[in-house]
Formats: sequence, C-alpha cells, structure tokens
Amino acid sequence: MAYKKKLLSGLGTKIDRAEPFIRSLIYVSGWSSIIFVIAIFFFIFKEAAPILTKVDWGSFFFENRWIPNPAEGNEPSYGAAGMLYGTLAITVVSMFIAMPLGLSAAIYISEFASPKVKETLKILIEFLAAVPSIIWGFIGLVIMGPLMQKVLGIEVGVNLLNASIVVALMAVPLIVSISEDALRAVPDSYREAALALGASRWEVVYRVLFPAAKSGLLAACMLGVGRAVGETMAVWMASGSTENIPDNIFNPALLLERVKALTATIASEMPDTAHGDDHYRMLFVIGIVLLSISVVINVVSDIVIKGVKNKNQ
Amino acid sequence: MSEAVHNPFAGSDFETKKLRKENRVKGFMLLASLVLIVPILVIIGYLIYKASPVLSWDYIWGDPGPLGKSGGIWLPLIGTFYLVVVSLILVAPIGILAGVYLNEYAPSNWFTRAINMAVTSLAGVPSIVHALFGVGCFVLTFKMGESLIAAACTIAVMTIPVIVTATREALASVPQSFRDACWNMGATKWQTIRTIVLPNSVSGILTGVILEISRAAGETAPILFTGATAAVAINTSDLGTKLMPYDLDDRFMALSYHLHVVAEKISGMPEEMKYGTAAVLIGLILVVNSFSISLRLYLRTRKKW
Repeated sequence: MAYKKKLLSGLGTKIDRAEPFIRSLIYVSGWSSIIFVIAIFFFIFKEAAPILTKVDWGSFFFENRWIPNPAEGNEPSYGAAGMLYGTLAITVVSMFIAMPLGLSAAIYISEFASPKVKETLKILIEFLAAVPSIIWGFIGLVIMGPLMQKVLGIEVGVNLLNASIVVALMAVPLIVSISEDALRAVPDSYREAALALGASRWEVVYRVLFPAAKSGLLAACMLGVGRAVGETMAVWMASGSTENIPDNIFNPALLLERVKALTATIASEMPDTAHGDDHYRMLFVIGIVLLSISVVINVVSDIVIKGVKNKNQ
Repeated sequence: MSEAVHNPFAGSDFETKKLRKENRVKGFMLLASLVLIVPILVIIGYLIYKASPVLSWDYIWGDPGPLGKSGGIWLPLIGTFYLVVVSLILVAPIGILAGVYLNEYAPSNWFTRAINMAVTSLAGVPSIVHALFGVGCFVLTFKMGESLIAAACTIAVMTIPVIVTATREALASVPQSFRDACWNMGATKWQTIRTIVLPNSVSGILTGVILEISRAAGETAPILFTGATAAVAINTSDLGTKLMPYDLDDRFMALSYHLHVVAEKISGMPEEMKYGTAAVLIGLILVVNSFSISLRLYLRTRKKW
C-alpha cells in the first residue's frame, strides 16, 4: 500500500506544483517574438518621431542631396534618392545573377542529382549560407576589388558590380533552400504522370514543376530580394559608398560606378552623429524605410508559402 | 552485306533530340551549382594561404598592437567568445521555450499565425535595423550604454528565430504516438514534454543552438553602435585579465568588427594581418557549422522511428 502511494506520488506532486509556473514561462516566451517585433517598430519610430513631421518627403524620396553636415550657414539637406537608387540597383543586379543560379541549383539538386551528389551540394550550400557578411565584404573589398581593377582595367574595384556579385552569392543559399522545398512539395504523382506520357526530365521540370511550384519559387526570389535590400556590411565594403545616380540607367558602364545603399549609409554615418540630433533621427527614418520593406516582403512571401502548403494538402 | 540491322529499341529522332536537350540543361544546371560553390572554396583556400605567414599560436594568443598593425588577435577573439556566450544565455531559454510553445501549446488560430509571422519577420529584419533597435532600446532606454550586455541583447533578439525554428522542427519530428502514450500513463502536459518530447529532440535543438553561435560570432552590423570598439586599453599581463578582459558594461573588441577595422579603416595595414583575421573568423565559423552538420547527419543515422 505504502509502496503504491509512493509510486503514485513519484511522478506527480513535486513537479505539478511547478507546472503552472513553467507553463506561464512557456507562454510568455512563445509570445516574445511578437513582443520583439512590436518593440522594434516602437523603438525605431520613437527615435525617429520628433523629425517625422518635419521631413520633406518629396525631397527625401526624389532628390539626391544628402548633406547632413553642411558648411557654416547652410541648411542641412536630406534627399535620399541616391541611396534608394543604390539599394535598388544592387538588388536588381544581384537578383539577375542570383535567381538563375539559385533556381538552376535548386532544380539540379531536387530533380537531377544522385542522392550522394545531392547531399554534398546541400552541405556545401549550407556552408555558403554560414559565411558571415563581413567575410563577404572582405572578399569584395580585398580580393575581388583588386581583381576587377586588373581584369577590367578600371581605377576603383569597389562598385555596383562587385557589390551585386557579393550580395548575389549571399542570397543564393536562401533562394536554393526555399525553392528546393517548393519543388519537393510537388507530389511525385505529377512527375510520374508526365514521365509516363513520354516527357523528358527537363520537360517535367518546365511544363509540370514550374507551374505547380511557381508561388513557392516566387516566394524564394522575394526572400532573396529581402536579403539583398537588408544586407549591410558586405554592401558597405564592396560598393564604394558614393551616391551616384546615372543619367541613363540602361548604360552598362554604370555597373562599374560606385553606389551607396541605405543600409551602408546608416552603418557609416551613425558614429558621426550625436544621440538626438536631426542627422541621427534621419538615419532612423531610413531604418523605418528598410524595416517596412523587409516586413512587407516577409509577410507576403510567408502568405504565399502558406497558401501553397494549404493547397497541396 | 546487307544494311546494318535496324535496332528496334533506338529512339526516334524526336526522342534523341529531347534527350540531348535534357542532357544540355542538366549540364548547365550542374555548372550553375558549381559556379556557386567552387569560387568560394577557392577564395577560402586563398585566404588561408595568404594568412599562413601570421597564423600561429602567438597570433591567436597575442594582443593587438597599435592600430592592429602588429601583434595578435586575442582581445577580439575573447570578445567574440563572451558576446556569443552572453547572447546564448539570453536567447537559448526564450527561444527553446518559444519553440515548445509553438509546437506543443499553441492553439491553431490567428494569434499563432501572427506569432509565426513575427518569427519569420524577425528573421528578415535587416541586421542594421536590429542595430538601430539596439541603440534605441538597450543602449538608450534601458541605459545599458554601449556595452557587451547591450550588444549581446541585440544579437539575442536577432537570433531568436534561428533557435525557435530549429526547436519547433525538432519537436515536430517526435511522433505524436509518443505523446499519446505518455498522456495515457497519466502524465501532465509538461511532464510529457520534459520526459519524452525534449529528450527525443535534444540533438535537433542543439543544431539550432550551434547555428545561433555561428550567427552571433559572425554578425557585425548589430554590434557596430551597441558596444564593439576598435581598441581597448586593457593590460593583459596577468592571466585573470587575459581570460576575462571585459565586464558586462565594458565596450569590447570583436573579431568581426576587428576585421572590418583592419580591412577598411586603417591605411598601410600589412596584408597578412587582414588575411589572418579573416582566416581565423571564417575558420571558427566553418568549424562550428561542420559540428552542427555532422550532428545532424549522425542524428539521421540513429533515428529510432
């Protein structure tokens, strides 16, 4: 009898008393992500708030005149068009490089590679994802820059092309892993049906898998864009950090122009500001722009991916 | 002699054409995968080759000389170590419990969807915006100043999604029947989680923790204005200070920021100092990541269900 009583109490009582406490800890931790996202918005807006009403938004978005510390007697000017162009240009050019490479690698890994090759490629791509952005910046600045100077015969090796290649290599692992998930989510019966009808593997890919997985592939590319917009250190070190807006955006020579991205502006100018002055607050305004872009991209691609999952079930 | 015997199994022209096209595409895709991977392997090899003149025990153990132009990298290295440890202490409990919540407790409703969306958004927020958040929240509002603890908090917030996602996936891979069996024995929910679910998913969670370590060690932007500094005046002649040079409210040197400084900020930097720092950082991160990958491979071979 006594033994049975002991057995019954063994698992229970002591831990039971702790359980409500632990449960509340788990609930609070579970909600913490939402709390942190709200906190990020709150603190970024809080620091930017005093200047939000004073910003000349037309000039901020459309004028390339970023002079936070003007010569004596002049008004500072905050026209961020040059940086918006820089971020846009790096994103577009890097996606031109990353999307074909990333999608091809994802298709190869998921549809063509033998299991061993597949496993090796996945591990290598994972290593690629692990390389920190400061190392990419270092590669752009110290290795690729001088290489470009030599090969292309230009004066400055850090430019739009350099930054875009570096950002593309950083975005590729993300694109590969999300696209591969999307391709794997397509039921095998689709592939079997197409093969039975006499399609080659490539026809299966572009006639069957592309249409079936297109939203997943789209989401992968969107997340790649988000990565490119938000990248800081690599862009800062490899882009040359000079605001340039070319007259003709279809002139290929602009690839070798130096550009300046929004992220790099914050990183490079923050140490020169005093907490609370206008320049400091304007950098938080740029932060709001970046935050909004990234949250919109993430929420939309999340909805796209979830939509696919629900449809396949 | 008559004509060569016609092979009845040979494909028609149409079919051979298709096959040839398939092989071309396949070759192109293999090429694309190699274009991604080979250059970076070559570059890392080149990095280590260029760094080899300085890579030695003295380089690791020595303190940086004036402007980092000579000497070693001990102070940045130990700074990165403490940054990783403090941020891990802060983020691991929250991240793991949040993963437990999302997989075990969360009802399937709009609020849980919102939490999941918050996790993905948090992972997508640019690192420089995390840095601004760190300044606004930890440095100014919580009055931590630019310090090790403020930087660690910023890194912790940034890396929560890594641990949450890994934990959630590890828990989700534990079969539901394990939980049912435990509940049927009369165990409460927390007892089930503690005795059945967590022990069976510990390696998956560990993978997430290791990934967090590698992220925290490599990040530069979030510590730029929250505590990292280019140089510290610390006399490291006695071993105690050498091993614990920073207090929680000190500014600190970190390997990633040190690399930025030596690579870009200071002119006339000897080449091998730049490459040395880069090689140590990338070596550290690759070692940490190989650990996580081999853990996962090992885990897959001995999975019991």
